[in-house]
Amino acid sequence: MNQFFIFVKKEWLHIWRDRRTLFILIWMPIVQIILYGFALTNEVKNAEIAVFDQSNDVATTTIINEINASRYFKVIKNLHSYKEIGATFRQGKIRLAVVFPPNFQDNLLQKNYAQIQLIADASDPNTANTLTNYATAIIHDYQQSLNQNKDLPYTITTNLRMLYNPELKSSYSFVPGVMALVLMLVCAMMTSIAIVREKELGTMEVILVSPLKPFRIIIAKTIPYLAVSIFNIACILLLSVYVLNVPINGSLVLLVSESILFTITALAIGILISNGAKTQQSAMFTSLLSLFLPTLLFSGFLFPIESMPWPLQLISNIVPAKWYYIIVESVMIKGLGFWAVWKETLILVVMTLVLLGISIRNFKIRLA
Amino acid sequence: MRVLKFLLQKEFRQIFRDPSIFRVLFIAPIVQLLILPLAANYQIKNINLAVVDHDHSQYSQILINKIVSSGYFRLTDYSATFPLALQSVELDKSDLILEIPEHFQKDLVKDNKANLFVAANAINGIKAGLGAAYIQQIIQNYNQTVRMKWIQFPRFSPQPTIDVEYSDWYNPNMNYPFFMVPGILVMLITIIGSNFAALNIVKEKELGTIEQINVSPIKKTYFILGKLIPFWILALVVLTAGLIIARLVYNIIPVGHYITIYIFSAIYLLAILGLGLLMSTYAQTQQQSFLVAFFVIMIFNLMSGLFTPIESMPHWAQVITWFNPVSYFIEVMRMAILKGSGLADIKNQIFAIIGFAIFFNGWAILNYRKRS
Repeated sequence: MNQFFIFVKKEWLHIWRDRRTLFILIWMPIVQIILYGFALTNEVKNAEIAVFDQSNDVATTTIINEINASRYFKVIKNLHSYKEIGATFRQGKIRLAVVFPPNFQDNLLQKNYAQIQLIADASDPNTANTLTNYATAIIHDYQQSLNQNKDLPYTITTNLRMLYNPELKSSYSFVPGVMALVLMLVCAMMTSIAIVREKELGTMEVILVSPLKPFRIIIAKTIPYLAVSIFNIACILLLSVYVLNVPINGSLVLLVSESILFTITALAIGILISNGAKTQQSAMFTSLLSLFLPTLLFSGFLFPIESMPWPLQLISNIVPAKWYYIIVESVMIKGLGFWAVWKETLILVVMTLVLLGISIRNFKIRLA
Repeated sequence: MRVLKFLLQKEFRQIFRDPSIFRVLFIAPIVQLLILPLAANYQIKNINLAVVDHDHSQYSQILINKIVSSGYFRLTDYSATFPLALQSVELDKSDLILEIPEHFQKDLVKDNKANLFVAANAINGIKAGLGAAYIQQIIQNYNQTVRMKWIQFPRFSPQPTIDVEYSDWYNPNMNYPFFMVPGILVMLITIIGSNFAALNIVKEKELGTIEQINVSPIKKTYFILGKLIPFWILALVVLTAGLIIARLVYNIIPVGHYITIYIFSAIYLLAILGLGLLMSTYAQTQQQSFLVAFFVIMIFNLMSGLFTPIESMPHWAQVITWFNPVSYFIEVMRMAILKGSGLADIKNQIFAIIGFAIFFNGWAILNYRKRS
């Protein structure tokens, strides 16, 4: 056992003395949480738009002011011809153009009917949809204000409640995602590189002739990374509670134990990758392409899994991060107990056991 | 110049004789370009709906049918009480709950007004927002039909009505891959280019072969150029492969000229490879270099407007994106491919990216030391 701890210490010194790597391992989760929490949001706001007003009357000015006053839009340009619309779009300056035909107010008040045209840059379909929806809502509000005193008969009122996240903050879905991403990265990528480096530099030979069993050597290599990951989990949770105000509604003990389980899954994947790779470069790229991107895509925090074509939905089931993400979301945000996540936990446990089994079986004691 | 030629020969041989590099360089981006755009689909459809109908009337049935037949919703749960429906949300079986209170039909017809209750799982804010907007729109339409049935509207509208007309330019079918493919291509080229450049010099350091170069008469500039040019050519080849896939698989035919795309890409690649080499001159081990490159490129990609719009960011974050070469490239690719912007439209971006190229490469050359 003493030998084992000496090995753990050796690995720990490898990490501890490489200050640049350590620095990034510590800062990566923090920077990610801050970016996701503050800078990145799916919400559309302050979209820059242009107005082509051919009437210039009280009604159009009021509507333009109301659009400009909302937090979704910023009118940055007044256009004077249809041609200008295309040119401004091509310069990439605006997302939406609002066109008022001539005699807008006269038509509206005398004929009770007027038109507005909304031209959206639909190269980004979602933003285009959202912006036209917002603009339409503002225009309808204005229309409503014109017939304020007339109550419409047979009205259905819809009361809307947003569960778990009433302010629709994107950090609620990003925090669990970043946890999955960081743990995958630190554990799987770093472990696989650490093992392959010894192969590439030739020091693996020295270790393999030591009296320690190969299985223990591998475990010793993973323990320091497990420690770094636990530290990272602590950082992420502290930041999300105290800086982003994302609460931990469920049991902290359950959340941390599930995270440690996922960390072990990631470590097992790292060992598996290192079995196959001969050079650090190939270990890095294999981890990057087979771990980082699938985690980003299939955990469901950036893109809804149910919108994907079914073959991809099927693939998403073998990505461990998907299950971990569901667990964190249920425990942390929805505040549910173990009864709600036992299935996902079981899937992760089985995956971990299978991966560990394969990687230990394939671990070669002989070089080449 | 002869020195440079030999250096290039050496680098190309190293690349072509390592099958793993070749695999990563070509097969990986192509596979990703085939899978990523299908996965990176923000379009919200198939929202799972739980209905709690306390009314069981003809009206409530019509409303439910309308919602389900709209194509956005999938009826997954039909519970007797709200708590039961809430449980199905907790277990991720449904995303949205529609509760129809008792006497809904009676209230609507007799009292002229009725209430509906909608609750959305808002952990994913955008999904909840769009889901709620869709269902409210359907309810509004339904409301309108009910009104039409009960009131005889006069021929001319009695109140001022504004009719909003929509045009969706550049992508009228709202095809999501049109938007994502150019951006994903940028991301792939950036990851590949910068990582290979970042690993290259450091690999020679770690394996000790850099000693041989340091004792040779090769000038610093030639050495950096010798490292830069092979990956520059390879990245352009990858870009071409990507554009061909975009055309054949996703039917994306650039509205603008390919020349615009290539001119910008050529300068951009100089900048991003220079950045990789710069990181390489600082790092001691490949692990270090890879991690730094990964970290920087990850931040660049996140802050590039690829997944989330730049305008929505707070001001300080927008200022950061001015110093992010990736954001310029993504903007230019989308403009040139989807909107047909020409060189004149993107001149600001070109100047910015030339600045980055000079800055990163200059720094890399200055920082490369022949002494250890």
